[in-house]
Amino acid sequence: MIEVRIHGRGGQGNVAAAYLLAAAAIGEGWHALAFPAFGAERRGAPVAAFVRMDRRAFRRRDQVARPHFLIVQDAALLHVPGVLAGLRPEGGLLVNAAREPAGADLPPKRFAVPATRLAQEHLGRPVPNTVLLAVFLTLTGLLPVAALERAVAARFRGPVLEANKALIAAAAKLPPPGAWAVEETDAAGA
Amino acid sequence: MPQALEGSQAIARAVALCRPQVVSAYPITPQTHIVENLARLVADGALACEFVSVESEHSAASVVLGAAAAGARAYTASASQGILLMSEVLYNIAGLRLPLVLTCANRALSAPLSIWNDQQDSMAVRDAGWIQLYCAGNQEAVDTTIQAFRIAQDTELPVMVCVDGFTLTHTLEPIEIPDQAAVDAFLPPLHFARALDPARPLSLGTLVSPEWFTEARHSQHGALLAAAADIEAADRDWAAATGRAWGGLLEVDGPQDARIGLLTLGSISGTMADARAASPDLPPVRLLRLRAFRPFPAAALQAACAGLETLVVLERALSPGGEGIVTAEVRAALYGREPAPAVRGFAVGLGGRDVPMAIYRRAVEAALAPGEGTFAILDVDPRRLPAEDRYPDLAPPAARGAEEEAT
Amino acid sequence: MNEESSDSTPVPDVAALRRRQPRFQGLEAGHRACLGCAQALAARLVLEAAGPDVAVANATGCLEVFTTPWPESAWRVPWVHSLFENAGAVASGLEAAFKAQGRAAKVLAFAGDGGTFDIGFQSLSGMIERHHDVLYVCYDNEAYMNTGVQRSSSTPHAAATTTSPAGRARLGKRHLKKDILSIVAAHHMPYAATASVAYPSDLRKKVRRAVAVEGPTFLLIHSPCPLGWGHDGSRSIEIARLAVESGLVPLIELERGELTGAMPIRAVRPVTDYLKAQARFRHLFADTPEAHRELEHLQALADHNIEVYGLRGAGADPRDTAGADTVRRGGARWA
Repeated sequence: MIEVRIHGRGGQGNVAAAYLLAAAAIGEGWHALAFPAFGAERRGAPVAAFVRMDRRAFRRRDQVARPHFLIVQDAALLHVPGVLAGLRPEGGLLVNAAREPAGADLPPKRFAVPATRLAQEHLGRPVPNTVLLAVFLTLTGLLPVAALERAVAARFRGPVLEANKALIAAAAKLPPPGAWAVEETDAAGA
Repeated sequence: MPQALEGSQAIARAVALCRPQVVSAYPITPQTHIVENLARLVADGALACEFVSVESEHSAASVVLGAAAAGARAYTASASQGILLMSEVLYNIAGLRLPLVLTCANRALSAPLSIWNDQQDSMAVRDAGWIQLYCAGNQEAVDTTIQAFRIAQDTELPVMVCVDGFTLTHTLEPIEIPDQAAVDAFLPPLHFARALDPARPLSLGTLVSPEWFTEARHSQHGALLAAAADIEAADRDWAAATGRAWGGLLEVDGPQDARIGLLTLGSISGTMADARAASPDLPPVRLLRLRAFRPFPAAALQAACAGLETLVVLERALSPGGEGIVTAEVRAALYGREPAPAVRGFAVGLGGRDVPMAIYRRAVEAALAPGEGTFAILDVDPRRLPAEDRYPDLAPPAARGAEEEAT
Repeated sequence: MNEESSDSTPVPDVAALRRRQPRFQGLEAGHRACLGCAQALAARLVLEAAGPDVAVANATGCLEVFTTPWPESAWRVPWVHSLFENAGAVASGLEAAFKAQGRAAKVLAFAGDGGTFDIGFQSLSGMIERHHDVLYVCYDNEAYMNTGVQRSSSTPHAAATTTSPAGRARLGKRHLKKDILSIVAAHHMPYAATASVAYPSDLRKKVRRAVAVEGPTFLLIHSPCPLGWGHDGSRSIEIARLAVESGLVPLIELERGELTGAMPIRAVRPVTDYLKAQARFRHLFADTPEAHRELEHLQALADHNIEVYGLRGAGADPRDTAGADTVRRGGARWA
């Protein structure tokens, strides 16, 4: 079982990112759930969403308390209390930032990608989530990047879809493939 | 092949597959995505129905009441304060014996204001005369929605399908959406014998004197109890069509030799099941899940408790000043049975508090602890309250030690 | 138009006329209304004109109570009573269902002034805003009569009720009657009108007019209540007529908010003729400056109506001969 927590701000497509990742996993035959950390929906407010995925079926619906990975859509959120909470010691931190963030409290396994800039270039909109997911899948090797493409294709059509595909391809080239490859852990992990 | 769908989206698709003729609703978090998805299906021409966007939940319930009285298949959805605002109409719909379906996206009641999940809202209308079915997951929510339309027309009673707000409504997961032919075969067109029709005028909702009121209630009570068979039949027939069954009235899962039982409703059931699998060090536990709360499956519960010494009830509501609502009903159903398990009731997950797998261990430990209290809010943290609000006598077993440490 | 219905000479034998003109009886005799209940008469007149192809959503109130003591019912049209404040929404649901089923029945909503002006106002407003094809009829007896004569927002200024009694310190209701017709008309309302049981031909004509509109329509029918107003049941029609002739109850029609019809008053009567006939205004005839002032207020209200709606003048044919054929067709089906 792999557990991911995604942090962002309202309006950044945080829940959409969680849904896309879970949809990509479901498309690959995994059992996956994606759900928001239930908060009021206001633009700009810090928000979180969860993804829990496993090759075997599971039934639990509690929130993700000890994620294997954190995806942070806004580097400024790293200073918000609780954002790093519960990350497993061997866990990875993927941040939307031009430079890799530094700090004693940050995990050793971390990677930065200028996702907003890249999205702006390809889509003309500052939506970092697709870039981050493509980088995430390349780093972890959990799912083929094509699975993300297929999940995106279920949401978009025409030129927007083509732009997203190009964006995914460009983003997937950025990180070292498989650098964060993990063994799947047991559902009893919590 | 299952699709990746948000719960609300899947429920809306299930409703559309049932070919409702009138849908009426008023938006309220966390029900909104269900009606937004239905509105989208109507706007896209994928669902041909009268979609009546009203000015209040009271009117939403009244519109579907009128539509059902005219013989149309009708649907509405709400939550929380919306259910309370509807409550007057909900009683009326049930008393008029009108078949229709309502999805309750379970949410806490104010005050204090909370938009998050518990089950106080549907429990507050427990006595309205509706069938109430609680879903553990979104596949079950889809299947139960379809079953609900069948049950409603088989029983001429309204059916409330309860799905935990956010935990189900806002969760994306793999869901099989049945094909239209399967639903059409399962759910024949509605022919409501008492439909209002100028060619055969009937008076519906008349004034009933003491001479007749008691008999009206008797007949309603009997009809609700008799609906148990229709709920089981719908689940059985649906299983025959799709291979998926959801336990009818009461889902029982666990070893025959278990001495401890754990009873839940709704979406925490799955978390408890996974927690049991992850806790081999604990004694065996039989999991009971109340799918039907009305009619209350007393006989099925009595049978499912065979051999149990303790039954722990976990519920997401309470009757302040009384105890757990479900707990009290479980006690009543088991009272005087020999042998019957001791019943320990706990409220958990109020106002959206997460119910983690660790709650399972606490529930089992509570079952093993001798002579502990009979009802408490299990996940309360009294240390966060001023001393005068802690009420140490009400503290749950495991929190009691923590409270002592803090003082 | 045939000979019988175009006959405009006075007919002395009413029973003979009714035998010759079998009208559709949607509300049967034998119900349990009080003697002289104008609402019962008004409901019968509405259904005579609307015909049998209707379904009624009835709010809680006298009309519902006295017509349906289970297991009896006085209704010969499909009829549903749900609650006090939701007649507009229940009617909306009936209409939506008929539309979805491709059925042609016209939906009528019946409510009193409590269920219309007050507790049911939101539901009525929603029904109009959503443009449901419903004729909403308010039987206005100007107080909560079903619960024993408590004030409503339709109770006229200075009228005594059990919750606005006249005493040493108060002269009945302190507030004005709500102008529900203007409020309803402000919803871009295709047709909204007032009628009175004292003018049955006018009432039926307005019902037929409203039923012909595809969309929401509203009819406010002034309906005296002998019990609540304090008059003998035999005088209900006379008192309803005095209300119109004094100008206190203008009979008008509004289309899309514009005044398109007003029944002229041939000989305007002083409001005291209307008021002194009812016990609910008895305290206004005490010889005190306060009582005199209130009478002047009420006369000013009537004068205002006459002025604003242009009610003074010669009248048109009040006998409603034009609609007789329609009525007969409705009746024939159920004869």
